[in-house]
Amino acid sequence: MTATSPIPQQHIDCSCRLPLFALFGGAAVWLALSSVFGLVASLKFHAPAMFANCACLSYGRAFPASQLLLVYGFCIPAGLGVGLWLLARLGRVELAKPFLITLGAKLWHLGVLTGFIAILAGENTGHEWLEMPRYASVILFLGFLLMAVWAFVTHTRRSEPALYPSQWFILAALFWFPWIFSSATLLLQCFPVRGMTQAAVAWWFAGNLLNVWLPLVGLAATFYFLPKLAERPLQSHYLALFVFLTLIVAGTSTGIPAGAALPAWMPALSGGAKLLMLVPALALAAVVVLTLRGSTAPCGGGPLCFTKFGAWSLVIATVLLALTACPAISRVTDFTWFSHGRNALVLYGFFAMTMFAAMYFILPRLAGEGSVCPHRVRAQFWLSMLGTLLFAFSLVIGGVLQGLKLVNPAIPFLDVAKSSLMPFRISTLGEALLLVGNLLFLFNVGFALATYYRARCRRVFTDATATLEPAGVKS
Amino acid sequence: MKSAATIFLAAFLALSASWAAFVLAPQLQLGREPQAKATGTDNLYPVARPGLAKQGAEVYRSLGCVYCHSQQVGQEGVKCEVILTEAGTNASVTLAALAKLNTELGQPQTLAALPKVLMPVADVPTAVPIIKAIAAVGAKAEARVTPVGADISRGWGLRRSVAQDYAYDSPVQPGTRRFGPDLANVGLTKPDVNWHLRHLYAPATEIKGSTMPPYRFLFEKHKRGAKPSPDALQFADEPGFEIVPTDDARALAAYLVSLRADAPLVEAPFTAPTPAAPSTNAPVATNRVASLPYTASELLKLPESSK
Ligand code: HEC
Repeated sequence: MTATSPIPQQHIDCSCRLPLFALFGGAAVWLALSSVFGLVASLKFHAPAMFANCACLSYGRAFPASQLLLVYGFCIPAGLGVGLWLLARLGRVELAKPFLITLGAKLWHLGVLTGFIAILAGENTGHEWLEMPRYASVILFLGFLLMAVWAFVTHTRRSEPALYPSQWFILAALFWFPWIFSSATLLLQCFPVRGMTQAAVAWWFAGNLLNVWLPLVGLAATFYFLPKLAERPLQSHYLALFVFLTLIVAGTSTGIPAGAALPAWMPALSGGAKLLMLVPALALAAVVVLTLRGSTAPCGGGPLCFTKFGAWSLVIATVLLALTACPAISRVTDFTWFSHGRNALVLYGFFAMTMFAAMYFILPRLAGEGSVCPHRVRAQFWLSMLGTLLFAFSLVIGGVLQGLKLVNPAIPFLDVAKSSLMPFRISTLGEALLLVGNLLFLFNVGFALATYYRARCRRVFTDATATLEPAGVKS
Repeated sequence: MKSAATIFLAAFLALSASWAAFVLAPQLQLGREPQAKATGTDNLYPVARPGLAKQGAEVYRSLGCVYCHSQQVGQEGVKCEVILTEAGTNASVTLAALAKLNTELGQPQTLAALPKVLMPVADVPTAVPIIKAIAAVGAKAEARVTPVGADISRGWGLRRSVAQDYAYDSPVQPGTRRFGPDLANVGLTKPDVNWHLRHLYAPATEIKGSTMPPYRFLFEKHKRGAKPSPDALQFADEPGFEIVPTDDARALAAYLVSLRADAPLVEAPFTAPTPAAPSTNAPVATNRVASLPYTASELLKLPESSK
């Protein structure tokens, strides 16, 4: 790669605008819709008979639909958008074929919509985290490939040859997803394997998605935005490399639950991998502490707060995962709300918060100054943070209490189910806060996009009306 | 990390290792698994579900029951005991033999009302010489293997679930949450299709205080006419109406009663208790299990693996 004259930052941002608007705009819509369905699902526990006549709002459909929208509708497109922007900015290069990437983003969103409708209509595949039927998976896969290929081309055209840690994380993630997604889709839906092998594949996929793919993309953003917003250099590249390697080696095997009805070596191997996850968790904590040391940048509910909160959430969620490697603990936490709470900590606490920060950082650069109002960002931070804490920790703690009762056969099952309702109420409150926060996020993103297009229309209008007059004057 | 190539190599190595372990290896180890013989019988296990139950599995998948119900039972270990089933013709000889073995039954009156637990043993192979010694005096004893654990005590199963149990299910629905009870053996504990239909329509009528959501959309509600529908359900609180299950509801109920993992297997042995078995420390399990439709006394034989 030869050193060419640096490309102005505006050109790079300009090349990102169309694809990122498509990715972020869609993500914001899905996120809000996801919390609506999440809330509908939660309400089932407080009023079981609600919507009893409506199949598509029953728990077994509303819940997976909300998960699908959260993971495939929000997390993945938001992560891809941020990743594309980071690749372009860190490589000092304009995005390759923004139009095709936008097409990929639209395809992806179409896939999410298809999957969403299919789940509500009862076409759920029955494999958790992979509920969308084959036809939706194919659309999603093509959309992803289209984006990933041009992201990679962008990377090879970079004018800055040295790689920053964030780029490793994104490149690995671009490679990871097609592999796990195609493996799982082929073996579960196109040529289904037999019996429990299906569960093994589905768990392997889910483990890779939750414990590798999301952390890879999220940490790419953390390692870029944390130093940037704290105005301190990343401490250090070696630690980041260490996080990267240990994360991919350990995280990829964490999927199998301890009590799975599979040959015993599989849960055992997975348990070892879960324990190993302590290493990247502690290394990540070290990176955050060392990078922030001596930083005087104010937090104040802005993007820096989001990023910090996100990083600590991942540390805590990973430690919780490592704890379940201990058989005495997993015996209690398996089959309870615990895993649900931990997932919320990863998805909302870590990933969504980190992405919010990144998007609030990127959007003004794409849509123009003043397109994102800091007050509303701060309001969203407090809503989302409180919501996440209430949602995730009440489920984690409630899960442990529920588990302690479940392993005691003297307590009738229904008493166990009923006594776990109290923590669940608190978690529903958290979900409601999250819904408000997500609606505010949707508003913020929509407002930024609207600001941009309004300014653009005005420009086009003035240009169009202005050209006539000088022509008339000049002649 | 200087180039994309090193990153891809690292990612490739890490991912291919886990792919080989969790995708390829189970395929090789379990994928071609044939039916196995249930221990002590000639019955092949598992068998494919009958047609209606198979449709019901699709309904179960489509309604996402798996988000509240698991279908896998765990156990913490097994308890192994020698039980005396026949006292033989000469009680005093038997008693002498029992005394020599240092069992808990030493008094003549204990030989009445068999079968009775003689002694706990570590595992089935240690039981074999004891059983032989008892057989030598004309009496009969057997080894009984009882899985223990919270799930077993709750009556959710006779033994832990193993991969074999799911060989004919697609998709498999082992589940990861228990907001409702485990259903791996609900066909054993609740074998009545009508119970399931009523429970699906209005769970609280069958289980007081149930928190399971009702699935009313699986039923049609008609004004009761001159000619009542033959398979309508009656509910006291809906006078004048008949509740007719749809095909989906009937299929789902057929699926639920087909859920039973009741074959002892080499990898998950157990001995079905006889109705007269002395009560164990798990009252819930015993009275549920005792009411199971067990007639096959051949289940009470030694597990195949231990012979
Ligand atoms: C919101 C969670 C939830 C969903 C969804 C759910 N259940 Fe349940 N289920 C429960 C609870 C709680 C109980 C225990 C109370 C009871 O028996 O009614 C239960 C009990 C049961 C029982 C009785 C089990 C026993 O051993 O007593 C059966 C059978 C059952 N459910 C079947 C289903 C089927 C079939 C579906 C899908 C159509 C389903 N459930 C969906 C929560 C749920």
